[in-house]
Amino acid sequence: MNFPVIVDVTLREGIADPEGATIERALPALGFTGVTNVRAGKAFRLDVEADDETEALAKATALAQRLLSNPVIENAVARSGAG
Amino acid sequence: MTRIGVVIFPGSNCEYDAALAMTQLGVDVDFVWHSVTDLTGFDGLILPGGFAHGDYLRPGALARFSPVMEAVARFAADGGPVLGICNGFQVLTEAGLLPGALQKNRGLTFISEPVRLVVASTNSVLTRLATTGQELTIPINHFSGAYTCDDRTFDALEANDQVVLRYRDNPNGSRGDIAGVANEGRNIVGLMPHPERAMSTLLGSADGQVLLESFISAPSGLLRAGAANAAAL
Repeated sequence: MNFPVIVDVTLREGIADPEGATIERALPALGFTGVTNVRAGKAFRLDVEADDETEALAKATALAQRLLSNPVIENAVARSGAG
Repeated sequence: MTRIGVVIFPGSNCEYDAALAMTQLGVDVDFVWHSVTDLTGFDGLILPGGFAHGDYLRPGALARFSPVMEAVARFAADGGPVLGICNGFQVLTEAGLLPGALQKNRGLTFISEPVRLVVASTNSVLTRLATTGQELTIPINHFSGAYTCDDRTFDALEANDQVVLRYRDNPNGSRGDIAGVANEGRNIVGLMPHPERAMSTLLGSADGQVLLESFISAPSGLLRAGAANAAAL
């Protein structure tokens, strides 16, 4: 069975995020005030063949840590993409 | 005769500059396609600049899985000198052969300009003929060149004298002004600046010569003697 999975890749705490900082600085000029702690990241959507969702998420987590993220600077979390 | 291999990934674009610099220094040079898995006969390897595999996902993220990289890791584990320039540096960090990672530049701009570097350590295959504190003017040409690592790695790099080059005026937000680092064995070095583009005063600077001379003249007895011996450089 195929399970839709979303993998969120975000920078680890303490790693500088020039993209997030630039976005945050741009917001007030557009009238969006009171927005802080903007962090930029990536999301990947996958269909993973597995017996159940737990197995699909485990598979996605493994490939996320091996390829989709660089563990030196990033965290990767797999979650269900259903619904 | 010293024989240097220049690894080409799909999307590398500084391989001819690197090869020309090697020829200028009087050594044999061969191109090595990224699918090659036998690196027998080489005395040193250069991973050149460019956009390996389009830099998709992250610079170096896909290149680290090219077949040649396992052979590069074995070559390095045997003490062979390995130099990663710009994109090559990014590939070596993604492959785990060098500590840390390269992030997008502070300010999110692509920077292409000569920068002033300071030799921070001469204890590496790239800097052994230079002088600590020596200033070199060498161009950079990158978007993702901000060196980053966690506190533990940073402290270890400083304590082990693994930072080999620093920016005099940090152009990209690199932690600790780091422009180049070595592994613990000192036989693998990565740097964002392009020494192969600083080989002639007529073209702006010849300051890359001392670095590449260092690289090609690493004592040949050490080349295959194992990383432990390379540390004694």
